[in-house]
Amino acid sequence: MLKLEPRPEASRFWSLASPLLALAITVLIGVVLFVALGKDPVKGLQVFFWEPIKSPYALGELMVKATPLLIIALGLAVCFRSNVWNIGAEGQFVVGAVVAGGVALLADKDTGRWIVIAIVLAGTLGGMAWASIVAILRDRFNANEILVSLMLVYVADMVLSYMVYGPWKDPAGYNFPQTKTFEAMTQIPRLMQGSRVSLGLVIALAGVAGLWVFLFRTRAGFAQQVGGLAPAAARYAGFSSRKALWLALLASGGAAGLAGALEVAGPLGQLTPYVPAGYGFAAIIVAFVGRLHPVGMVFSAVLMSMFYIGGELAQSRLGLAKSLTGVFQGLLLFTLLACDTLMAYRIRIAPTSGLKGAG
Amino acid sequence: MESYSLLFAATLNAGTVLAIAALGLLINEKAGIVNLGAEGMMLCAALAGFAAVVHTGNDWLGFAAGIGAGALLAAIFGLLVIWLNTNQYASGLALSLFGGGFSAFAGTAYVQEKLHERPRFSIPVLGDIPLVGPALFRQHPMVYLAIALVAWLIWFLYRSRSGLVLRSVGESPESAHALGYPVRRIRLAAVLAGGALCGLAGAYIAIIYTPLWVQGMVAGKGWIALALTTFATWRPVRVLLGAYLFGGVTMLQFHFQGIGVDVPSQFLNMLPYVATIVVLALISRNPAWIRVNMPASLGKPFYPGS
Repeated sequence: MLKLEPRPEASRFWSLASPLLALAITVLIGVVLFVALGKDPVKGLQVFFWEPIKSPYALGELMVKATPLLIIALGLAVCFRSNVWNIGAEGQFVVGAVVAGGVALLADKDTGRWIVIAIVLAGTLGGMAWASIVAILRDRFNANEILVSLMLVYVADMVLSYMVYGPWKDPAGYNFPQTKTFEAMTQIPRLMQGSRVSLGLVIALAGVAGLWVFLFRTRAGFAQQVGGLAPAAARYAGFSSRKALWLALLASGGAAGLAGALEVAGPLGQLTPYVPAGYGFAAIIVAFVGRLHPVGMVFSAVLMSMFYIGGELAQSRLGLAKSLTGVFQGLLLFTLLACDTLMAYRIRIAPTSGLKGAG
Repeated sequence: MESYSLLFAATLNAGTVLAIAALGLLINEKAGIVNLGAEGMMLCAALAGFAAVVHTGNDWLGFAAGIGAGALLAAIFGLLVIWLNTNQYASGLALSLFGGGFSAFAGTAYVQEKLHERPRFSIPVLGDIPLVGPALFRQHPMVYLAIALVAWLIWFLYRSRSGLVLRSVGESPESAHALGYPVRRIRLAAVLAGGALCGLAGAYIAIIYTPLWVQGMVAGKGWIALALTTFATWRPVRVLLGAYLFGGVTMLQFHFQGIGVDVPSQFLNMLPYVATIVVLALISRNPAWIRVNMPASLGKPFYPGS
């Protein structure tokens, strides 16, 4: 009979080893899945783990997808570390994209480059506003933030849908539900020729540094996290839980909105009903797999980006549905949670003799 | 009048989906476990049920497949949270993400499939009463089963010994454990029951409610069902009434479209989600009211001997 024995202190070794073990198990299940579907598992692993890194161009595309994931995850880390369960980043991303898209549509041929700053700011504020609905309802009405933030994802999708089918539909777009393509002026500046990597990546990496300083080097960052770990201690120290709630939701909403803005004014270039690509949900996995640590999340964002690109390649090269990405994402989070048990507990083989513990 | 009679019938039908799922989650939560994976279980069950009907042509086998799929996923969740002590919120979320991804992937072959003509049900004599008949007595048997389930659940939770044990596990697992009850096995049983009922609800969606398979077709009903247990302050009758209320809100959008109300369809589609948020805020406004009714150890892990 196996028994879990609580460790006196969380194991630092397993804190780092658990994501790797979880990835190994996910890959193993993936191999079994490929074989079961009659596909060559070596090819299967290749499209997920080799193709995305084999050329400078592929690496660039990997970064293009990792950027929004990382930015959203950075915000979510603040949330989860302060025990605020915002799982509606997808909705905040969409609203950020819609608001940013609205600003981008205002641009015409003579607009200056400053419009990019306005777009990015608008997206961030849009995401913040959407998240602040969650904050108000939690703060004033005690409403569960998990359910509210999730419901708002559906509402955000409807808002986007209304805009692209209604007032913002491109009159010259053959009745397709999409806005006109934004002016070239609105494009987020790219870093180099021949790759779609944009300034967004720099913003994301600056965010990594900023979050690290905030979490581990400032008093505000410390106060923010104490409430999550030990609410009673936080109250005793006089740290306001309301302030922590608001900061967590504004930070994560703003980050998701920023990611939405960078996405529409970057790779997408217009609003369509396909703006929601699940980044907001995938970023939750990025945050957990990256241990809610700024640097850890860089790695997990790249990994999750590999899952996205691998899924697309699996569709075009192996004839498997693109939604394979979602299967692996879910599996990874599942196995990670299971492996995390090793962090807090030691597994012991308990003698079955003597008093048998029921249940 | 005729159209209101049909609107009422459609409301009961839509409410039934929510009621079955929410009653399952209620059993779950009475034992102290929150399963945020409802949406994922319902999606996989919807696909399993739909596929079973496509291959066998038998609705009841489809429901059985849905129940099986829901219970299977719930078992994985249960093992994680009950035996490995993983965080319930995160594990449920993982289940929802996995269920959404898996059903989308496994369901690609079924997107084009259609089910044969659905049989119409009608209770003899009662179904022929004008207005009342179409509103109440021409429903799928599952609609009446959901009502029967409420009656059984009230008896089980508040009149039977097993129900008392189940509730005690949700209120104070330590005491239940000290009395010698197998807390973890009882919790697993409750989680399985929750998964099975969510599965049944999911299968009902894909077989009867909207007989087809599309990726993500549960469209948040799992999450609304989760909110319903809170709205109902964990009481079975209120769960049923709440489910009908939300079924009505869902149907109202089609009614509005039918009578030509000039509001963009997207705003009407928002109604169920916005209503969920509003009601959740109103009910939760009084923390004491929630605290009194909520199973005391809801969401808290229990590991004997730790």
